[in-house]
Formats: sequence, structure tokens, C-alpha cells
Amino acid sequence: MKTSTINKIVNTILLAGVCEIGLAAVPVMINLTRASDNPKVIEIAAKKFDFTPSEITLKKGEPVILRLTSSDRVHGFMSKPLKFDTDIPVGKTTDVAVTPDTAGDFAVICDHYCGTGHGGMQMKIKVVE
Amino acid sequence: METKFDRRSFLRVTGTALSIGALYSVFPALTKSAGAEGIVRTLAELNGEAPAPFSFMQLSDTHVGFNGPPDPLGTKAFESAVATINRLKNRPELVIVTGDLTHDADSPDEHAKRFKLFKEISGRIGGAQLKVVPGENDAGLDGGDMFREFMGPTHYSFDHRGVHFIALDNVSAGRPEVGAAQIAWMKADLARFPKTAPIIVFTHRPLFDLKPEWDWSTSDGDDVMNALAPYENVTVLYGHIHRENFHQAGTTKMYAARSLIFAFPDPATAPAKKPMPFDKAHPFKDLGIRRVNGDANGNDLRLEEVALATAEFSGTVGMDQMLKHGNNDAKDE
Repeated sequence: MKTSTINKIVNTILLAGVCEIGLAAVPVMINLTRASDNPKVIEIAAKKFDFTPSEITLKKGEPVILRLTSSDRVHGFMSKPLKFDTDIPVGKTTDVAVTPDTAGDFAVICDHYCGTGHGGMQMKIKVVE
Repeated sequence: METKFDRRSFLRVTGTALSIGALYSVFPALTKSAGAEGIVRTLAELNGEAPAPFSFMQLSDTHVGFNGPPDPLGTKAFESAVATINRLKNRPELVIVTGDLTHDADSPDEHAKRFKLFKEISGRIGGAQLKVVPGENDAGLDGGDMFREFMGPTHYSFDHRGVHFIALDNVSAGRPEVGAAQIAWMKADLARFPKTAPIIVFTHRPLFDLKPEWDWSTSDGDDVMNALAPYENVTVLYGHIHRENFHQAGTTKMYAARSLIFAFPDPATAPAKKPMPFDKAHPFKDLGIRRVNGDANGNDLRLEEVALATAEFSGTVGMDQMLKHGNNDAKDE
């Protein structure tokens, strides 16, 4: 077999290999892309009359999931500037997707009346650049 | 029977009838005009009762049962308000209380006692009909069951001297909302009125975003305002924020009343929603009641803020005794 023919075969094999690697790499890359897009999950627990943690920091433009639970009764979770308003029932998790578009400090309040200390039930979300 | 009435005359009356104040002054002039009987009869049919001048009081946020550092005098301001009303020369025909009649309690038995005490104190008001709506302290935990047991329905409407009143419940859902069913009820309730009918809505929370991060809003307040928007002559009276406030949306004017327990600070300047501290030298400072009158010029409602008498409390031995009997176990709103 001529060297050139061998080179062609090798090149073909290499090309096929590269293609195969390339094809195989596509789903990996998609997975990697999805992994980087997967929003960070932050767990927040509600009970009369506070949220834990009482303060979190988010990055402007970065999507996050706030995973909310309540251990005693239904509470509310509301911030007008961050554009969410939901109830947190007992016995299930409630996810809120947030992508802050403005930096600053934002109060989040319980807006579902929960008793005599309801008026002070709030937390802070700090959004940084 | 077809009512005889001149359209131009009707528009002249209702077009300037921006409030009950307009009825106060314009209506008597009409009685002298040709065809007046027909106009009176028509307004009476539309509003349920013939227009006539009258005044009423607005009280708010009595929080019966609260007794803590911002107000160690408990119900004293409420009792003073009742005494003040009873001393008025021209007695109001209605007394409207815009929510948080009681301060919430951990036990239903204690909460029931507070409703009974509210009824006992408000029952001392002579010669006026009492009309109330719930606040979240009254109805936020049990969906309004106890409120209905002691005070009646949480939303309703009635006519008084040609003015249509709507009591709107924006608390008993637990959340700050009126709800689609109640808004549909309100629309149906208003359907029989002309767009110029004088309407007074009374409710607990503001129907606009006054300060949402302080819980001073109603989530579907825009839907309520949209339902009211076709009506040119609407006044909204509310409480909850424990201070005076005026806001106008379109032609609708909205007034918040002071409380009868403690004041909240100005949301434009205060960093947090904390009750104003109790001032022993001026125990009823920033508290008070409101009298609503027809305006002499016939242009608008005239709201008269009425201060509470403090002479019998301030700086006296009696005041010290009352303070000693206060307890500090109640929490803020």
C-alpha cells in the first residue's frame, strides 16, 4: 500500500474519530451549557414571625430559585420591585424564580396575615452588581 | 310611569355633584326650579333615598385589646372618641369604622372578649348607625368567621340620604385582596346607578400601592379601581396605615384616617414601620377621628379632623394610675 493511501486511510479514520468525538461532545456541551444555566437554589424557611435566613445576597441579572417552605401555617412572600407574590403553604415546597434587574436592598414581607407579629415578618434581599 | 325630567337639569346637578357636599348645596336650589319634583324622584329612585345633607364620622383602627408600649392606655382613645362624638352639637347620622376594631389575640376566647368590648364601647355612641368593615386583625386568621358572628357581613352596601355606601372587605382572604367574586358583586351592585351617583367606599387597606413593603397595599386594588373608574363621584375612606393620607386616582379621592391606638411614621422619610413612641405629655397625639360634611360651596366633601380631649388624662395622677395598670405583653400590629 502506498504511503499516500495509508495517509488517506489514517486521515479518514482520524477525521471520523474527530467527527465521532465531535458528535459525542455535542450532548456533553449541551449538558454543560444547561448546567451553567441551572439557577442556584436558595432555601428559605418561614415560620411565625420570621424568615430564615433573614438576608440573602443575589447578583443582578443572575437567575436564582428561591425554594420556600413553611413549618407552621400559610405565610406570604412578596416583593413588588422583585416581581413576586406568592403564598407558602405548609407541607410542600414553593419555588420562586427570580432574576433581579436592579441592584439595591429590597424588603420581602409576609403578606398573608399570620398573627400578632405579622407586621414585623420580613427579610432582606440584597442585589449586587 | 315615565319620569318627567329635563336631561340638562339632571346633568347640571349630577355633573357638579362631585360628592355629597354638592348635594348639600345644589339640591336645595333645584327644589325651586321647574320640574324639581321629577328630578328629586328620579334621584331618589336611583339612589334608594332622596339626596339630603348629612354628616358622618369615620373612626379607624381601635385595636381593642392592644395594650403595649406605643399605647399603654389601651382603649382610652377609643372611649374618648365616643365621648367626643356624643358631645358634638350636630350629631352624625352614621359612624363608620374602617377596620381593626380589635387587636388580634392568640386564643379565640380572648379575641371574642375583645369583640365584645368593642361592641360595648361603640354601643355608647348615641343616635348614630354603626357601620364597620374588618381589618386583618379582626378577620385575617379565621376568614372573618368571628367578625361575622359579632358584627355581621364583611362586605355589603347601603344607601343613606341619596349616597351609596359600599363596605369592601380586603382582609378576610388572609392576603391583602378583595377577590374576583367580591369585585363582581360590587360591579353588579353599582350597575343600577348613573355614572354620576355619589358613592362612598369604605375599606381597611389602601386600594393602591401606598407602601407595599410595609404591607400598605391591596394586591387586586387595580381591579377594584378599574371597576370604580366609570363612576365620577367616588370617595374611598380607609384605615390600616394609622395616619392621614390623601391620594387621587382619576376622579376617585382616597383618604386614610388616623387610628385610635398609635400612629405610624411617614413612609416617605421613616426607615422602618415602627409605631411612633408614646408621649405621656400628649397621650393622644397623632390619634383622632374624622367628621365628613357636605361643603358649603357644594364642591367637595369637607373632612374635618377631630382631636381627642386629653385634659382629663395628661399630666394627672389619673394618667399615672392608668399607666401603672397597662401591660406590656401585647405586640405591635
